[in-house]
Amino acid sequence: MNGGWTVHLMVAPILLPLVVGAALLFVNERRRRLKAAFGAASSVALLLVAAALLRFADLPAEAGEATTGVYLLGNWPAPFGIVLVVDRLSALMLLLTAVLALPAQVFALGRWHRAAPHFHSLFQFLLMGVNGAFLTGDLFNLFVFFEVMLAASYGLVLHGSGRRRVKAGMHYIVINLVASFFLLIGVALIYGVTGTLNMADLALRIPAVAPEDRMLLEAGAAILGIAFLTKAGMWPLNFWLPTAYAAAAAPVAAMFAILTKVGVYILLRLSLLLFGEGAGAFAGFGADWLTVGGMLTVVFGTLGVLAARSLGRLTGYCVLVSSGTVLAAIGLEDPAVAGGALFYLVSSTLALSALFLLVELLERDLEQPEDEPDQVFADVEEDLEDEEDEVGVPVPATLAVLGLAFVGCTLLLAGMPPLSGFLGKFVMLSAALNPNGLGGGGQVSWQGWLLVPLLIISGLATMIAMMRAGIRRLWAPPEPIVPRVLIREAVPVAVLLAVGVVLTVLADPVMRYMADAAAALHAPTSYVETVLGKERLPGPRSAPSP
Amino acid sequence: MELVLALGIGVLVGSGVWLLLRPRTYQVIIGLSLISYAVNLFIFSMGRLRVDAPPVLGPAGSDLASYGDPVPQALVLTAIVIGFATTALFLVVLLASRGLTDTDHVDGQERQ
Repeated sequence: MNGGWTVHLMVAPILLPLVVGAALLFVNERRRRLKAAFGAASSVALLLVAAALLRFADLPAEAGEATTGVYLLGNWPAPFGIVLVVDRLSALMLLLTAVLALPAQVFALGRWHRAAPHFHSLFQFLLMGVNGAFLTGDLFNLFVFFEVMLAASYGLVLHGSGRRRVKAGMHYIVINLVASFFLLIGVALIYGVTGTLNMADLALRIPAVAPEDRMLLEAGAAILGIAFLTKAGMWPLNFWLPTAYAAAAAPVAAMFAILTKVGVYILLRLSLLLFGEGAGAFAGFGADWLTVGGMLTVVFGTLGVLAARSLGRLTGYCVLVSSGTVLAAIGLEDPAVAGGALFYLVSSTLALSALFLLVELLERDLEQPEDEPDQVFADVEEDLEDEEDEVGVPVPATLAVLGLAFVGCTLLLAGMPPLSGFLGKFVMLSAALNPNGLGGGGQVSWQGWLLVPLLIISGLATMIAMMRAGIRRLWAPPEPIVPRVLIREAVPVAVLLAVGVVLTVLADPVMRYMADAAAALHAPTSYVETVLGKERLPGPRSAPSP
Repeated sequence: MELVLALGIGVLVGSGVWLLLRPRTYQVIIGLSLISYAVNLFIFSMGRLRVDAPPVLGPAGSDLASYGDPVPQALVLTAIVIGFATTALFLVVLLASRGLTDTDHVDGQERQ
């Protein structure tokens, strides 16, 4: 990533979806194939870029090149301009986003992208917001990308219209708007106390904050945290989540699986960067809140999973269990636990995305007539129904294939061997019980003692609930209905689960990567130095620097 | 001036929160707007309240201490634009909900 055009590769995950999404707005809504092709091409390109960034971020530091990439937007040096930063964690999240995006888009080709106009544009804008939130190194810029992501998600949650979606979407929008106000207040308070918005600069200035300003700064950080905890779905800020996710169209919900993880990512990044061990009097601020809140979220999610009566809501509560587990693990502030949590985060997000797609396939023929899309703004799409309605072929083996996929999701989410969910949970448990490494002994903290039974019980509850739902739908339905499934709808589910299998097979290098990422997060000095030490590029007309 | 601003923000937030908790969508959107004004004022005040202190630098050589902090003003501009856009978007959803359910209750149905 020295010189040449590769310098600009870092900004591609933001620019590419922006350009493609904007260009697609001008394509006639009837040329859906063209739109879909462009959308998919953009996602493939994003996948390649994310893989390249991941390889760059994973270079060993001895190679004479820091593993943190910094991109100065507008060529302004770090504390003054906005910077993009890519390290192991952000590269990992970028790759995860791209891996989720492609199957969701292919799945939408089945019928969902015909449900309402501008699906592909909104999808690209969502990707832009998510990628931007993962890349940015500036607090206010984070707010902007958060809003881009949310604005696109408001459009997508309503995709397909219908009473249930509009109602759930309205609640979703109000709650996220209020959360955005919290975000703004928090950012403003932090700026008022420290006088900077750059995350790396903040990490340097926070230890030097005067004691009389301490309360203001902590209030700002806590208010900021509320905004991200709402997005991440921590109890008691999460009652909107299962309803909204269950109401969203399947490919949209599959992509929304990453949105809670955006909140988790930012909490992980900021709590360790700003309030890590080097933060003086502020070290460890909020960590216990994260642990306790995460555990309560797991409890709430587990109860919800057991109580849920539809597969959609069941999946929504699984989202809560997943993000609660990661939040609790982050709060332990132990690099080994965080490494396991990252592994768990990746595999559970993949499984959730696959499950959202699968649920739609299983329930599509059971839909109530109420779910027929009502036309609100009918004039937009009244003459779009000219393409032949493609009818899926009822494959005799459909149910068997779907059942197998359902078992795969269950194993991944409940954390049963042999799939990768088990490995992530096992690493977390082992690290929580062996604070000084395996066999090293050491005092297990009370958080560790609480986390272990919670993880095991939530896994068991997920297992029970999913088995019950699976038996009811697949083995003993009141009247056997074989859903009509197109190949292009089955393949995305299979691909997502296959990534889970790949994670299991390549567990050693992947786990090493996660451990490195977590270790780097817990020692943010090199991050701060790289960001603030980044030199401007020589401009074509600027005088050579003395 | 501090007291007036603080009272203003407080009144706006108080009314906004009260309206936000009301069951009609129109009240909710007015409440959101009020809160967004209060938040914008709050961001502005984080640059400290100064009179006669321009945020844009004049000719070189003048004293930096006589200038206001330009960053919160830029932040407010961004926040206004984004808040306005998302409120407009919510208005569309509000109308869609009204059209689908024939009621302006936030749950899409009147309480029995």
